[in-house]
Formats: sequence, C-alpha cells, structure tokens
Amino acid sequence: MIMKIKVDERGYYGNYGGAYIPEMLYRNIEELRESWLGIIEGEGFRNEFDKLLKDYVGRPTPLYFASRLSEKYGTRIYLKREDLCHTGAHKVNNTIGQILLAQRLGKKKIIAETGAGQHGVATATVCALMGLECIVYMGEVDMARQKPNVERMRILGTEVRAAKSGSRTLKDATNEAMRHWINHPTDTHYIIGSVVGPHPYPEMVARFQSVISSEIQSQLEDEIGRKNPDHVIACVGGGSNAAGAFYHFYEENNVNLVAVEAAGKGNETGQSAATTTLGKPGILHGSKTILMQTDDGQVVEPYSISAGLDYPGIGPVHAHLFETGRAQFLSATDDEAMRAGVEISRLEGIIPAIETAHAFAALDQLTFEPNHVVVVNLSGRGDKDLDTYIKWGQY
Amino acid sequence: MGAVLTMNRIDQLFETKKERILNVYFTAGFPELYDTAVIAKQLEIARVDIIEIGIPYSDPIADGPTIQQSNGVALENGMTLKLLFDQLKDIRESVSIPIILMGYINPIVQFGIEAFCKKCEEVGIDGVILPDLPMFEYQDHYKSLFDRHGLHNIFLITPQTSVERIREVDKNSRGFIYMVSSASTTGAKSEISADQETYFTRIKSMQLKNPTLIGFGISNSETFDKACENANGAIIGSAFIKAISKKGDLKENIKNFVVSVTQEVH
Repeated sequence: MIMKIKVDERGYYGNYGGAYIPEMLYRNIEELRESWLGIIEGEGFRNEFDKLLKDYVGRPTPLYFASRLSEKYGTRIYLKREDLCHTGAHKVNNTIGQILLAQRLGKKKIIAETGAGQHGVATATVCALMGLECIVYMGEVDMARQKPNVERMRILGTEVRAAKSGSRTLKDATNEAMRHWINHPTDTHYIIGSVVGPHPYPEMVARFQSVISSEIQSQLEDEIGRKNPDHVIACVGGGSNAAGAFYHFYEENNVNLVAVEAAGKGNETGQSAATTTLGKPGILHGSKTILMQTDDGQVVEPYSISAGLDYPGIGPVHAHLFETGRAQFLSATDDEAMRAGVEISRLEGIIPAIETAHAFAALDQLTFEPNHVVVVNLSGRGDKDLDTYIKWGQY
Repeated sequence: MGAVLTMNRIDQLFETKKERILNVYFTAGFPELYDTAVIAKQLEIARVDIIEIGIPYSDPIADGPTIQQSNGVALENGMTLKLLFDQLKDIRESVSIPIILMGYINPIVQFGIEAFCKKCEEVGIDGVILPDLPMFEYQDHYKSLFDRHGLHNIFLITPQTSVERIREVDKNSRGFIYMVSSASTTGAKSEISADQETYFTRIKSMQLKNPTLIGFGISNSETFDKACENANGAIIGSAFIKAISKKGDLKENIKNFVVSVTQEVH
C-alpha cells in the first residue's frame, strides 16, 4: 500500500499540524492560507524562484559520490551538497521562496527567528537582496554562542533583537517573533525557518525545500539510471532539511527515510533534544506535534551541542512520519556527531555543520548492502562551528 | 431547583448588570504559590465582577512582558494545573462571583480535556479563555464537552477581525466576547488612541447579541472609563499583576488598585 503523506485543508498530516494561533494572528494566517499556493504555483513566481535558486544560491547543488566514505561503510554513499548553497546551508531555499511570497503579499517588513543563526543569516541575505527591512529575533544565550552569525546579519543590514524571555534560546526567539507579528499584523511577513508553526507554514517551507529531493531524483537518474535511492538520511531539529530531502520520496515506499535527532549527552541524561524519544503529543508554536514537555504540559528546554537542533518540537509532518513508521528515527549524541564530523572531514575533505554531522553519525547505526544507494543530505557547512570543533578538541 | 440557580454565573451577572463590569486577571501561583485563593477572595471583597485566573505556561505567546514574568515566577513557585484545582477546591465557600480560567491549550490537553472540564465543574468554574484554541477545533472537538459541564468558552476579537468573523464569533459565543483593544500582546499600551475608539464604535454599532468586555491596555480609571463607554466593561491584567507585585500588604494592594480603577469606595 502506498502511504499518502499529504496535508489536509486544515493543515493536518494525520494527527499532527493545524493552526493553533491566537485570534490576533488569525487574519495573517488566513491570508497566507488562502493565497500561498496560488502565488507559488504562478508562472511568474516559479520563474523568478528558479532563476534566483540557480544564479544566486548556486543550484542545483552537486550530488557527490563519496568514494572513501562508501568504502568504509561497504555501500554507495552520495552526498547532497546543500553546504555549497550561498550562505552555507539549505536554509536559503526557503527564505528565497518566502521573500518572493512576501513581496507579492505587499509586505514591507520581514521578521524571523533564529537559533544557530543560519536561518537568520539566510533571511537577512534575502532582505538585503530585495531591499526590505528585517528584524531577526535570537535568544540572548544563542547570540553569545553564535557571535559571528549575529555580526553577519548586522553587516547585511538586519537588526538582531535579543529574546530575553524564558530560556533565551530558539523557542523563545520564536515566541518573540510571534509577539512582534501580533503587534505588527498588517505590514509584516514572518519568515519561519523550519517546517514548524501554524498551517500553512510547515507545508510551505517543505515545498520550498523540496527542491532538494527533486534534484536528488534527477541527479540519481543521470548517475545510476534510477531516481530512487535505498536510503535518504537527514538530521532533524525542526526538520526543514529532512522534509526537503524526503519530500519526493514520501510515497516511494522502497526508499528508507532516516531522520536523525540530537541525543545531546545521551537520552537518559535529561540533556538531549531527541524529541521523538523523549516527547509526547502536544501543541507548540501553532501546531500539534510531538513535543518535549513536563507532565504538566510545560515545554522543556532541550539540549544539544548543535544550536540548530535544540528545538523542543519537530515539524508536524515528522511527527506523522514517526507515528506511522514511514520514517526511521534515530539519534546521535554530541560525541558521536563530533566524531562523525571529523571523520567526514578526513575522508572527504568536507567539514560539515555539527547539525549535519548528526546525520553522518547514523551511518554507524544502519546496515547497508554493497549495492545500496545511500543519500546523506549534507545540509550545511561547518565554518560557523569552528569554535565548537575547537572546544571539543578531539581531532 | 429553579433554572435560575443552575444558570451560569456569567449569564447571571449580565442579567443584572450591564455596565462598568470589571474583570480582573491574575496568574495562579503568583506572587506566592498559595496566593491564588487569597487573591480571588480579596477581589470579591473589593467588588470586582469577574475573576479571571491564568494557568501559567512556559510559552505564553499572546502575553507581554508583565504577564510572561508572572507566568515564569508561578512556574518556578511550583504551580501546576493540578495544584490549581486543589487550591480552588473550596473556593465557592467564599467566592460567589463568576470565575474564568485563562490558559494556553497545551497544559489543558496534557491534563485531559474531559478531566479538565469535570474539575472545572467540580470547583465551580464558569468559563474559559483559551487564546490558542481555534474556533473550528473548539466547535468540532471541545464544545459538546464544555456545554455538558456548564463551561462558557470566551472568544476573542481584534481590530483585524473581519465583520463576517465577528458575526460568527457572536453566533458561537456564550457569556461575553473578549474585545482585544489593539493589535498587541497584553499590557502593551497605556492610552486609548483615536484608531481604537473608531474600532470600539464600529463594534458597538454592530449590536452584537453577546455583551463585550474590552481588554489589553486597560490599566487605570481613564482607560477603564473609556472602555466602559464603548462596551459593557473591561478586563485588566498586566496593571493588576504590577499592583500585586508591589511591596506591602497583598490585600491592601488589591483593594487600593480596584478603587483606583473604579473610583468607587465601598
């Protein structure tokens, strides 16, 4: 039986999704819900989106056969090189799409949230490109941890505002961005950076990121004569790179989808961000999903060495993929990820982002046949993480 | 037992009083963990009309800094929804005015919707305000349960809410409609602008079947009076939280604050 992974008209993937928003955001969300699909499927939009992805982002990104890594794992491993996108990660695929959408909605100002700063930089970049005013909310704690990305955003002309509420990390930056939107509902578009938030954001962001799996299919077809690999592996925080890498394979049931969460210092230590292992169904940031929380329903602050994976929820589509068993969910600890990051650096000459290193760490947990085709989504490059690599020090 | 006795206290209130209704919000478990019932009793003594008790939440996205902070303190104090129901167990022995619970949906979902409704009925809760529960989810999955336990679900409207939707809210509302005064989170502004007055007048002219209370940015006698000119009354949250955060006697602070708003000395 072919399983349909499709969002319904109320924004649900099976039991997860929806639009749990206060009335103050109703009109904004309704405007998006009614117009987004018509806008992004319009010919003018598609042409402009495709052209910017090609000329500005540098797409298609290569699908690279990693021969030494393949040899080590006794299989055929391909790397989808999202790290080669302009700004260094897949995040820009979505911000290009959303800035074009914002323009067509007549919005003059942009807000965004960011954790590690990659989505913030990708948003600041497209705002500079289009000449739109931009404010990015970032947890005060994350601003200190990710100073270079704060300065990149500022150089690009964006105002970075510290989220000082709650735990002062990504979840609170998201809260502050939503509060800002409540206070500025008419002239502002909120560019959410992952497949989270109220409907239609999760599906919209997934659509913009789905260029990743679309390219994988045509590149594999050229390379090996079939469009489907045996495994696709991606890391998951909120899950935008995974959603993009899985999108065109959702209904290809012979493709094993592997989502890798951050287990921090270990799932039993209480310092982890492995949502599907530690969470249960709940509602956060506008959608019903799987969520790390106390018995009383208070959201728990997750931990990971990677600032891009320490989000207490996952996108509703991933909650659905997990619940139905369509995707396999694994987790990797800080140490496993760091070791994998160094291994890829030594074997292939590519220093991955620490988020991405979690996906590579999963190679050890899977068994492959020699003739299997494995695609790892190399979602970002490690330049931003040099400090973390240096502090870890085991190389 | 006559029908009047089983009538929801919110409906009873609006049967007898249609002007200058004062609804005061405070966060359960703030400033101290066991202040909840004390504050509720004191609000009744101070002749407030409706008590709105906030269920603290880690991520209150519709709230500004003051209420966010009170939520944070309450959680640090150890407040939970379960404890709140324990604290309210005997509240009807000393408080007779309507009590509303305000909260975000996740803690309630974790508690269990049915268990929540039962507990509300048991302790004598008259209504709930759940800002992040969409209307259609309520209609499809919550309404029949709420009705069975005599709970009114209070909907919000804002300056951005369309006429059609206001009509829909009016149709589906019981108790009253919560008119958010401006595009903002709670506690944001201190004066009522001309734009807001236009919005108030617009709603007034729609002649809704439900009473309306204006909230967000109502903080003192001037803004309370202005709200009362345009609606059946007002809701005060952040300003009250500030008042009970002050040093000094909690009961005195409550009494003085209510008098400063209503200008009525009892």
